[in-house]
Amino acid sequence: MSTIKPKHQRLVLVVIALVALVGAGLLAAFALKSQASYFYLPSDIVAKPPEADRAVRLGGMVEKGSIAHSPDGITVQFIVADGKARVPVRFTGITPELFVEGSGVVAEGHLQAGTFMADNLLAKHDEKYVPREMRDMTKAQAKAVIAETK
Amino acid sequence: MQMRRRSPPLGPCPAAPQVAEHRQPAAGVAGLYWIDNPAPMHGFANPARFLRLARWLTPLLLGSGLLLASGALLWGLLVVPPDRLMGDTVRILFIHVPCVWLGMAGWSTIAISSLVELVWRHPLAAISGRAAAVPGAAFTAMGLATGSIWGRPTWGTWWVWDGRLTSFLILLFLYFGYIALANAAQRDAAAGSGANRVTAIFGIVGAINIPIINRSVVWWNSLHQPPSITMGKSSIDGTFLWPLLFAAVGFSLIFGGVVLARMRMLLADIQAEARLRRKAMA
Repeated sequence: MSTIKPKHQRLVLVVIALVALVGAGLLAAFALKSQASYFYLPSDIVAKPPEADRAVRLGGMVEKGSIAHSPDGITVQFIVADGKARVPVRFTGITPELFVEGSGVVAEGHLQAGTFMADNLLAKHDEKYVPREMRDMTKAQAKAVIAETK
Repeated sequence: MQMRRRSPPLGPCPAAPQVAEHRQPAAGVAGLYWIDNPAPMHGFANPARFLRLARWLTPLLLGSGLLLASGALLWGLLVVPPDRLMGDTVRILFIHVPCVWLGMAGWSTIAISSLVELVWRHPLAAISGRAAAVPGAAFTAMGLATGSIWGRPTWGTWWVWDGRLTSFLILLFLYFGYIALANAAQRDAAAGSGANRVTAIFGIVGAINIPIINRSVVWWNSLHQPPSITMGKSSIDGTFLWPLLFAAVGFSLIFGGVVLARMRMLLADIQAEARLRRKAMA
């Protein structure tokens, strides 16, 4: 042990430091798991409803066929779901362009008698990027179209 | 791991910069490079060899990168059809994605350089880490700006404090800290002091943010979408994916060219400073 090269000693030290560092980072990230989330899912809200005056964010998918416009023209009601729970949301204002049924949404507001009163709506984009012309096609159809235009 | 001893250059090599000046005796300044750097345990790389390579590689990388990136951006701007939901906003992707990739690649370069610098005391490693910091910070800032511009029409907001956006902003601040630290070390470091090592340690510690950025959209609910390209699979349609990949390669070549150019600059700085110090001693 007394003849260990300084280079190797440094390597061992750095590796030990790296392992400790990554471990600490992972522990911190794990501890932040519930705190660092940007929004609650509908199942979180249903399982543990927040106090009526506490501002929270609710994120999930806009249920297909659930968007209903009120006669006043600017109030919209819809249901946010995550496959396990459903929460009705009411919002007055201009909705973002990407706010459509079957797409992700994040609503900021508070829960009032089972309805989520949103002060602000953010559209969530999914990880898929598809040209407009191919939006309603299946994979095989899209392939055929691409082959045609070549 | 033993570094391979470099074969000595054939003739006298007066252009060889005297890196790590303080480690060697002042004698033999104009002699053969390898006599100045006997490198009994460190295996110092030969910066002259690197400079010979970098002299033609720098313009090659910059030129081909500019050509490829501008071609890919024109392709993305003029040829590619609009996205099903985002419409024309999707075109920001071709700048945003390469920028954020390189923002993270820049810190990865710093981290690897720092490791090599700390363990093997490789003089070029110290320089490559510092050279990657400024372009890395620039790409990170551009990634944040283009992401913000994309977010306004897509999400309906310029900025949110979700996991991905916050961790990426922290990356920019880490770059600022690293650059300040490296500058201070270069200015104030007395010969043989640990100031340069502090910079390298900061480079390694900051690397913990890279996997956090990468996993942030998986660990935590975030407004930012999950990764589209993972392990060879992509949920980006081919019409968008190809110009995106070309843009990424082009931007990476530009990044490499800028890093090489900055390494040459830093080496020239060190060389000039060493000459001044020698003159002052004489």
